Amino acid sequence: MSDPMVVFDRVSKSYGALEVLKGINLEVAPGEVLSLIGPSGSGKSTLLRCVNHLERIDSGAITVDGELIGYRQVGNLAYELPEKLIARQRARIAMVFQNFNLFGHMTVLENVIEAPTQVLGVPRRHAEEHAAAILERVGLGDKLTSYPRMLSGGQQQRVAIARALAMKPKLILFDEPTSALDPELVGEVLDVMRALAEEGMTMMVVTHEMAFARDVCHRVAFMDGGKIVECGPPGEVLANPSHERTRTFLSKVN
Amino acid sequence: MDVSSPSPAPSNENQTDQPPLLTYVPIRGYGRKAAAIVLAAILLSFLVSIAGNDNFGWPVVGQYLFDDRIMSGLFLTSWLTVVTMVIGVVLGTILAIMAMSTNNVISFVANTYLWFFRGTPVLVQLIFWYNLAALFPDLSIGIPFTSLWVSIDTNVAITPVMAAILGLGLNEGAYMSEIIRSGLMSVDSGQRQAAKSLGMTNGKSLWRIVIPQAMPIIIPPTGNQTIGMLKTSSLVSVIALSDLLYSAQTIYSRNFQTIPLLIVACIWYLTATSILTAIQSRIERHYGRSLLQTDAPVRWRLFRSS
Repeated sequence: MSDPMVVFDRVSKSYGALEVLKGINLEVAPGEVLSLIGPSGSGKSTLLRCVNHLERIDSGAITVDGELIGYRQVGNLAYELPEKLIARQRARIAMVFQNFNLFGHMTVLENVIEAPTQVLGVPRRHAEEHAAAILERVGLGDKLTSYPRMLSGGQQQRVAIARALAMKPKLILFDEPTSALDPELVGEVLDVMRALAEEGMTMMVVTHEMAFARDVCHRVAFMDGGKIVECGPPGEVLANPSHERTRTFLSKVN
Repeated sequence: MDVSSPSPAPSNENQTDQPPLLTYVPIRGYGRKAAAIVLAAILLSFLVSIAGNDNFGWPVVGQYLFDDRIMSGLFLTSWLTVVTMVIGVVLGTILAIMAMSTNNVISFVANTYLWFFRGTPVLVQLIFWYNLAALFPDLSIGIPFTSLWVSIDTNVAITPVMAAILGLGLNEGAYMSEIIRSGLMSVDSGQRQAAKSLGMTNGKSLWRIVIPQAMPIIIPPTGNQTIGMLKTSSLVSVIALSDLLYSAQTIYSRNFQTIPLLIVACIWYLTATSILTAIQSRIERHYGRSLLQTDAPVRWRLFRSS
């Protein structure tokens, strides 16, 4: 068994009096595709956003590839890292957002090469060739000079995935990647994600697409009220849930 | 044709049965055309009455249009506008970022600055800077509790030109800060999150992602401010600087050709405004290119070879 890629150790977080994460323990193995499902407000998006320190956690620890995220541990104290070092950690943890968040003033190609050239210092020419190859792979080889607003939602989300891949991440976080899409465009995004899963990319996917969770993910974690109610292979959690709460949720979404 | 067919599918063959296609006639708009003719006639008669009126003193206008004193006044007005606007934009950007800070002290300082500089007449601020020596005879800068101090006579440091730059620039910074803040707030917060998630620092995401997208909001009011500054800068005559308007006034106070010399000044103000407007539309086109429904021009070597 290789070392886990992501480890959540008793992770808790509150917004004021509202406890959104209550002692989460979870491990994600390298090459594993884990989906987080559950009702809205269950804390699954928050959990995902804590992995790249877009949200601070109040207690517990998150490590990615053995590295404590957002903090430097000295004995029992954890000092928050300076901005530059947090940025360096985030550079290898890619994220794909529900609303795509493509940079509107840049073309598709510029979107994809922005972080490699500006953050990793890859020469522009090099980054362009790499970006063109990735965009070809997600089926957008003919859209390099288009601006995001000219693309459909499905195309925009595929550009966002290409932008994430351009950083050669060790982990990609997907925050409801198909929730803002018209139904007929969901498939093209899921196809790209399926291909990534087959190539062995480590992925954490917050999703409402039960078919994707069942067919592509190695494990499914069902969250409710800030806790992971159950976690296991989709064949167990989705087909034969052991908790009443999971069963009620699944009966509503199916 | 099978007439009894239940499906009334349109067919190209029995065109004779259909009524002829309508020919559409656009609305005529006679009223609009009549209004345009009346307006043009009024404008023309207005121009004729001005051009043919000897009291305007057009020969005098021509005589003083390129007068040395007018030219040096125009030069002062032009560079003072440019310098104070540059100070205004830089200071305004810093103040806008400070005002949006989550630290209460920092945002309080920025808001107090705005309150003071927007709340007092710029004329008073100019006179204040010009008379700074009355309040602080010497200006000192150095490290506290050490002997590393540099001291300078205020009357030497604050020349009329320096007072004009400080007075107009610091005032402009307050107004520009609100314009820039509105631009920065118009950019969706998801853009910053995406930049962060890609490993960009706050400074880089501000510079590369947020500011370029705030520009379409920032530019039109900044153009307004610049054109406004062109004319506000004429206030510097109170601290003995000869700008464009003051130069014209100096001349007509001797030869009493008031109207012709004011026309000379206006011609130059209008010329400068035209140039600034042209520059503004060029900048707007540059930042608006992603809003067009066209692809970017292909300029990458990579794709020329393929």
